[in-house]
Amino acid sequence: MATDTSASPVTGLDALELGPPPPTKEWTPARIAAKVWQSLWPKALALIIVLVAWQLVVTSGWKSPYVLPGPGPVFDELRHEITTAAFWNAILITMRRALIGFSIAIVIGTTVGAAVAAFRPLRAAIGSLITGLQTMPSVVWFPFAILLFKISEGAIMFVVILGAAPSIANGLISGIDYVPPTWKRVGKVLGMRGLSLYRHLILPASLPSFVSGTKQGWTFAWRSLMAGELLVIVVGQLSLGARLQGARDLNDAPSLLAFIIVILFIGILVDIAFNAADNALRRRWGLTQT
Amino acid sequence: MTLARSEPVETDAARWDAAVRLDAVSKTYGRGPASLLALDRVSLTVAPGEFVCILGASGCGKSTLLSLVAGLDPVTSGSIDTGTHRVALMFQEPALFPWLTVTGNVEIALRMRGVPRPDRRTLAIRLLETVRLHGFEHKRPHELSGGMRQRVALARALAQDADVLLMDEPFGALDAMTRDLLHDEIERIWRERSLTVLFVTHNVREAVRLGDRVVLLSSRPGRVLEEYPVGIPRPRRIDSADVAGLAATITDTLRAEVARHGH
Repeated sequence: MATDTSASPVTGLDALELGPPPPTKEWTPARIAAKVWQSLWPKALALIIVLVAWQLVVTSGWKSPYVLPGPGPVFDELRHEITTAAFWNAILITMRRALIGFSIAIVIGTTVGAAVAAFRPLRAAIGSLITGLQTMPSVVWFPFAILLFKISEGAIMFVVILGAAPSIANGLISGIDYVPPTWKRVGKVLGMRGLSLYRHLILPASLPSFVSGTKQGWTFAWRSLMAGELLVIVVGQLSLGARLQGARDLNDAPSLLAFIIVILFIGILVDIAFNAADNALRRRWGLTQT
Repeated sequence: MTLARSEPVETDAARWDAAVRLDAVSKTYGRGPASLLALDRVSLTVAPGEFVCILGASGCGKSTLLSLVAGLDPVTSGSIDTGTHRVALMFQEPALFPWLTVTGNVEIALRMRGVPRPDRRTLAIRLLETVRLHGFEHKRPHELSGGMRQRVALARALAQDADVLLMDEPFGALDAMTRDLLHDEIERIWRERSLTVLFVTHNVREAVRLGDRVVLLSSRPGRVLEEYPVGIPRPRRIDSADVAGLAATITDTLRAEVARHGH
């Protein structure tokens, strides 16, 4: 602040109002370790509670260990599985389906959402239909999907997209609806019209709602995908769902539970990624109190 | 082209060289029996370089008046002429975009004006220096205080390269100390850039502190009730005896006008 303009009561008041800058903390190894421990121990504790409860149920002899194995055999199975190429191939097949289906759902959901938000007659016509679709359990679509696409990837994709797109569209619609009127007036004053109004104001302003719609869309896509992989087993495509179904057919309980754990783990990882994106956005916008 | 600020504007020169001219402007909201007459044949001429404060109680249509001049709303009857002047409007809320940095918020106005990309950054930083926000270019709006945000909004309005600045109670939500300092700032910028300012407020002292002329509007509907030329030499202080004296006179008229609605 070398300019002479800084020597004014206004800048003095700024300094007083903002207060001293927060002390910058150095990232020493000890601090990083403390931070990691702080975020990890609740999760570790939760894991321990689940494992203990699980082991207690097994030990109680409620079901034979043949049907309900304890954590020990299941994790042995899992440890063995992750060394095989087939395991990673299954994850690859499933995640590829998830990503492609979800991406198409984003494109369709965004297009439909933007169109519905922009054109009043369209909203009257299909606005409530989208919300209706959102409440549909996606499994309901499978008989129709199989009729349309036979037992194929197409049938799975169809249901994944139908599951995810309505949430994404609805997220965008409500984001656009709740753009504060004062921002729109500013946009008008600055000369934003038509497309530039969308590009510079309405779309960025609706981003937080769009992100939470997308997050919800992902959970629907993931559920639909798992249901689809159990129902529609494409020959030669040993996906996670197909492996799960296969383990049941062979009465291989440890393998079955191992795959359930893998599916749970993937779900948690993606959720963490979405939350990180959501939090970063909120921090930028100043919607969180540190 | 220079015009003495204290001169009455109804001279022939001013009539031909007005920055903003409102001629019998009326604004009605709604239709039929439910319609509301917000402004009733308001005529007002603002000379280039003049600082005019529009004062009135609630319901006098002062914000409506600025929306009409800015072209955000159509007039019901009458006409508004801003000639070749460019008009910028500032609101009571800073209404900055939270997804942009302080500089980004100024740059977006430059972009909409058609300033080429390489020039935007330097121009934006210069405008932020004008409002004394040097060193805050990379902050986000939520990291600033209320007064600082309003100065970013001012920089954004200046970025529109307007010579007519419409201000709708811009300091209404700020504390007295900040407001007092921003009066000095807006007065400095008005003089440095030879702006024409149309400043709406319900604060009588603020109007007298800033204006070359104070236009008092009646409430429901808004009509021009009285005009007060402010002959107090600048720089003025909001707590000086001269400002307080004229403010007291205007307040009496304003109170009588508000009392008229009390039954």
